[in-house]
Amino acid sequence: MSAITVRNLVYEVPEKRILDNINLTVESGQIVSIMGQSGSGKTTLLKLLTGLLRPTSGEILIGETDIASLTERQLDEIRLRLGLVFQYAALFDSLSVYDNIIFGVVRHTKRTRAELDAIVSERLAEVGLSGSETLFPSQLSGGMQKRVGLARALAMQPSIVFYDEPTSGLDPITGHTIDELIMATRERTKVTSVVVSHHLPSIFKISDRIAMLDKGRIVIDGTPAEVNASQEPVVQAFLAPERGSFEAK
Amino acid sequence: MSDALTKKAAEPKSIEELPITPVKRTGAGIITLWRSLLVFLGETASLTGRTISEVARGGMAVGDLVRQMALLGADSIWVVLVVTTATGIVFAVYTATLATSIGFSKFVGGTLAFSFLNELGPLLGGVAFAARAGAAIAAEIGTMVVTEQVDALRAMAVSPVRYLVAPRVVACIIMLPLLIVFADVSGLIGSYYAAGANGVAHQDFVDSVLTFVRVSDLTSGLIKAVVFGFIIGIVACQQGLRTTGGATGVGRSTTSSVVLCVLLIFVSDIFLAEMLMAKPGR
Repeated sequence: MSAITVRNLVYEVPEKRILDNINLTVESGQIVSIMGQSGSGKTTLLKLLTGLLRPTSGEILIGETDIASLTERQLDEIRLRLGLVFQYAALFDSLSVYDNIIFGVVRHTKRTRAELDAIVSERLAEVGLSGSETLFPSQLSGGMQKRVGLARALAMQPSIVFYDEPTSGLDPITGHTIDELIMATRERTKVTSVVVSHHLPSIFKISDRIAMLDKGRIVIDGTPAEVNASQEPVVQAFLAPERGSFEAK
Repeated sequence: MSDALTKKAAEPKSIEELPITPVKRTGAGIITLWRSLLVFLGETASLTGRTISEVARGGMAVGDLVRQMALLGADSIWVVLVVTTATGIVFAVYTATLATSIGFSKFVGGTLAFSFLNELGPLLGGVAFAARAGAAIAAEIGTMVVTEQVDALRAMAVSPVRYLVAPRVVACIIMLPLLIVFADVSGLIGSYYAAGANGVAHQDFVDSVLTFVRVSDLTSGLIKAVVFGFIIGIVACQQGLRTTGGATGVGRSTTSSVVLCVLLIFVSDIFLAEMLMAKPGR
């Protein structure tokens, strides 16, 4: 059974079709990247996959459940199995790093203080931020915020993690650290990962499969080598400016 | 060629192709205003229903409510007290000057207390609370929307209505009446001294208050405060949640929240005054 199956997905806003007949399958444990130009519909697709937006038509199966037809309360049951890392981290700025990480845990499970402490220190150690429990988001750099965002997303031990532009706006070293974290997380937890990005070196380094969106349609869906070798003009044009900066696995 | 041109000129034009005239502009403005009003009413009614449902199900965390009560109360009390005390002083100066000149100084205390408990305290306190607490709520939730913090809540299966809206609305409903009690007291103290300074004997002021004012005047004001608190809480949350467009959008939501709250406070005050004055005992 696939972790995510998207069938004939259409998303429209008044007078504009953002996504047009999207079909996509993500197998369990894979890292699948969705790339494309700004405005191609990548983040919209991510929000649809996590139930933050409702599709105009089509099916989005998480496991065997079509989330397009669920109520908000039913969706919450599914969301407990999903983690979402936001482009700008979206940490709660009135809460400390500690409270951000346990936010979902304390609201959905009954844990002792010692158990919560253990979850926080474990998650922070994984993202290389041990000892930053008492800091507030305003005291963290952009890269640190993204790492805390990842720690928060992993705190509920999700089976699927979605990453929205995980390396955008970061320096190359921090971007590399985030790439390593995504791969290490997959190795350690066997979690399914969906990454939305336009940063080609990262995409080709971490992905098992790559799908490219252009004007709301998927123009290619294949392994990094297949995408790299594609003769599709739109794909060629997208990859051309950064040829040499990445290597297909 | 000329036939084709003549034929084209004779074809009826769509409304968008017609020249923009003052009539068309006014019509479009009315339609937009009417549409905005319907959207506002629909969204506010829906949010009210969901908030009541969350509170009734016991979904709201007591800690979140207590934190909001402390924040909203502490943030607003000085604004409310300054506004009502200053109004009490000014109102007393005018009333005392007029009343003493025509020999009615024994009515000053009762008139001021009656006005304050029934109207000035809740109305001015409500407006000050809308400006301080309502604006803060709309700005905070609006910022959370544009920085995706509200999406983060939903992604973690936490209802924004349960976590953000319900505690703020209930805190406003509880805190505004409490603030209005302080506002009434501070306004009357200001009136007492200002009236005294303008020829009204302190004992006459107190006697007049005790003669003309009833407990029902205080409760009428507090009932108004509960309604105003609900209006401020729900409208500020609704405006915050519908924020779009970054920092400019947050500014727009904050401004429209204050404007809508003040307008709704004044409009609802008309109906509340009619209803509360019509009750038996007055």
